[in-house]
Amino acid sequence: MDIFVKLTSTAIPLSIENVDTDQIIPARFLKATNREGFGKNLFRDWRFHKDGTANQDFIMNNTTYSGSILVAGDNFGCGSSREHAAWALHDYGFKVVVSSFFADIFKGNALNNGVLPIQVSPEYLQELFNQIKKDPNTQIEVDLESQKITILAIDSSSTFEINSYKKTCLINGYDDIDFLTSNKEAIQTFEKERI
Amino acid sequence: MKKTLFDKVWDAHVVKEIQDGPQILYIDKHLIHEVTSPQAFGELEQRGIPVFRPDQIVATADHNTPTIDQHLPVKDLLSRNQLEQLTINCEKNGITLYGLGHKYNGIVHVMAPELGITQPGMTMVCGDSHTSTHGAFGTIAFGIGTSQVAQVFASQCLLLQKPKSLRVNVNGVLKPGVLPKDVILYVIAKLGTNAGTGYFCEYAGTVFEDMSMEGRMTVCNMSIEMGARGGMIAPDKTTFEYIKGRKFAPKGVEFDQKVAYWKTLPTDEGAVFDKEYHFDAADIEPMITYGTNPGMGIKISENIPSENNPSFEKSLAYMNFEKGQSLIDQKINFVFIGSCTNSRIEDFRVAASYIKGKKKADNVTAWFVPGSQQVAQQITEEGLNKVFEEAGFQLRQPGCSACLAMNDDKIPEGEYCVSTSNRNFEGRQGQGSRTILASPLVAAATAIEGKIIDITKHLN
Repeated sequence: MDIFVKLTSTAIPLSIENVDTDQIIPARFLKATNREGFGKNLFRDWRFHKDGTANQDFIMNNTTYSGSILVAGDNFGCGSSREHAAWALHDYGFKVVVSSFFADIFKGNALNNGVLPIQVSPEYLQELFNQIKKDPNTQIEVDLESQKITILAIDSSSTFEINSYKKTCLINGYDDIDFLTSNKEAIQTFEKERI
Repeated sequence: MKKTLFDKVWDAHVVKEIQDGPQILYIDKHLIHEVTSPQAFGELEQRGIPVFRPDQIVATADHNTPTIDQHLPVKDLLSRNQLEQLTINCEKNGITLYGLGHKYNGIVHVMAPELGITQPGMTMVCGDSHTSTHGAFGTIAFGIGTSQVAQVFASQCLLLQKPKSLRVNVNGVLKPGVLPKDVILYVIAKLGTNAGTGYFCEYAGTVFEDMSMEGRMTVCNMSIEMGARGGMIAPDKTTFEYIKGRKFAPKGVEFDQKVAYWKTLPTDEGAVFDKEYHFDAADIEPMITYGTNPGMGIKISENIPSENNPSFEKSLAYMNFEKGQSLIDQKINFVFIGSCTNSRIEDFRVAASYIKGKKKADNVTAWFVPGSQQVAQQITEEGLNKVFEEAGFQLRQPGCSACLAMNDDKIPEGEYCVSTSNRNFEGRQGQGSRTILASPLVAAATAIEGKIIDITKHLN
C-alpha cells in the first residue's frame, strides 16, 4: 500500500451531496478481475456524455481545477461496497478526499488503498469550496502526522480524526492482512476454545 | 451489564482487542460472488498466503449473470471471464460454489438463508453492502470491500471498531397493502440516508415480531440505505421454524441446543442504545421514491416535497419531476420485480395475488426475476408462473439482474422503472434510467395499469 505522510496540492471541488459509489464507478465497469485501470471510468456518466464526448459542465472537465485532493459534498461514498470506487479514485490520481461526512464502507475501502478520507465540519467544507472557487490555485496542505488540513493562502486549518491504528498503517504503508496473519495463533486458540 | 442483541453476538466473536485500536473479530461465514472476489484471490496468490478456512466460505454467481438462456455460454466476454475466474478460484482453494445452473444457485442474500447457512448468533460477511439482509436472523452480517474479503480469506477475521447501537421501534398494526418494503422505505424517508452511518441497527416492536422471515429480510436488507452497516431482528419462534429442516441447518439434538442458545440472544430488558427512534405502524402507507437516493421517498398519495437545495434540485431534474408533483397516473413503461430485497417466494405471491385474472398493460416491459433456483421452483410448484403467464408476464432465471444492470437487463435512457430493488441512484438500472422504488404490490399494480396508481384505493 502507498505510504501517506504529508501532501500539498490544489483541489477539485465537487459540491454535490450523497455522491454514491454507482456514480464514482458505474456497475458496468466492474467486470474486470484486477485492480488497475478504473481511473479512466471514474465518474464516467458525469464526466462523459453517452456518445463518449466529455461533458464540459462537469467540474472534473474544467481545466481550471486540478490536483490530487477531491473536495466533495456531504455523505460521500454511500451505497454499494464496491472497492472499485476507491481503486478508481486512486487510479485517477486522488490521494485525499475531503467531505463533511463519509459512508462507512467507502471510508474503510479508501483507507485500505492509501486514499485518505478527511472529515471536516460543514463550515470548514464550505470554506474550502469558497476558497477553491475564488482561486483554483489554492494550495491545501494535508499533514497526517498532526492530523491537520490547512488552506495555506489564508492560513485556515482544521484538525481531523483518524484511528491511531489506521494512521500507523498509512504512515508506514502497512495493511491489515499483515497484522491479521501475524495473529494466527490467537485466532486458532479462539477457534478451539469456542467449540 | 445489560446487553443488546448486537453486543451479545459481537462480544462472542472478539478474538483480541488492540489497545486504542480496532478489535479482531472472528467471522463464521463468508459469502462470495464473482464481482468482488477475484482481486482478493489475486492478492492472496501474489503474497503466497493460502485461504485459511475454505470450509467457512460459500460462493455463488449472481451479480453478472444473464437471466435468460443460462444453459448457453455467457455472451459477454468480460462477464464470462469473471464467472470462469470464480470457478477456477473456488476449485483451486477448495471452496463450495453454487454456480450458474446449480439447483442452489441464486442471489447470495437469497440462497444462503434458504439453505440454512444463515443462523442466529453468527457473524457473516460478503463483498456486498446488502449482506445486512442476514441480520433478519439475529446475525451480525455486513458488507465489506475487496481488501477485507482478502483479509477474511487469509485469517477468517477482520479488524474492526465496534459500531455504535441504534434501535428503530415500530409498533402497532400495519394497514392493508402496507408491506415490509413500505416499512423500511418509510423509516429511511424519515431518518435519511446517513442516519445510521457508524451504527448497527436493531429493528424492534410488534411490526417486526409479526413479520415473516422474508419480510424481515427485506427490512434488514435496506439498513445500508440509511447508512447502517447492518440491521438485526431478535431471533424468535418465526426464525427457528424457518431454519428447521433446511439443508445446512443443525439437526436433531444439535438443533435443540442451538435454539436454547439462540433464545438467549434478544436484547436484555433495559439495555441502552446510543440512538433510538419510535414510529407508529398506523402512519405507514404504501411508499414510492421520487429522487435519486432511497431516502427520497413519499407515501404514494403524497406530492413531491419542495426543498431549495442544489442536490435536491439536481436529483429532481435527473428524474424529470417537479416539486409539488404527484406521481399518481405517472406513465411507466418498465417494471422490475426482483433483487435481494424482494425476490423471495412471498414477494411473488403478493404480485400474483394482485395480477390474477388481470392483463399486463401493453406499454409495459416487465422483468420478474426470482432470487434463486429454489424460489423459481417454488413459483412453479405453487402455480404462480401460470398466473403470470396468463397475464402476459414471463418469468426469468435467477440473478441480481436489473437491480444493478451489470448484465443485459438494462432500463433504457430516460425511461422510468418501478422497481422492487433497493437503490434509485442515477443510472443504477442502466445509463440514464430513472428508478422508482416500491413494494412488489405497487410494482405489480404498475405493470397491470401501465402507470402508478394509488394502490390504497384499489384494495378489497
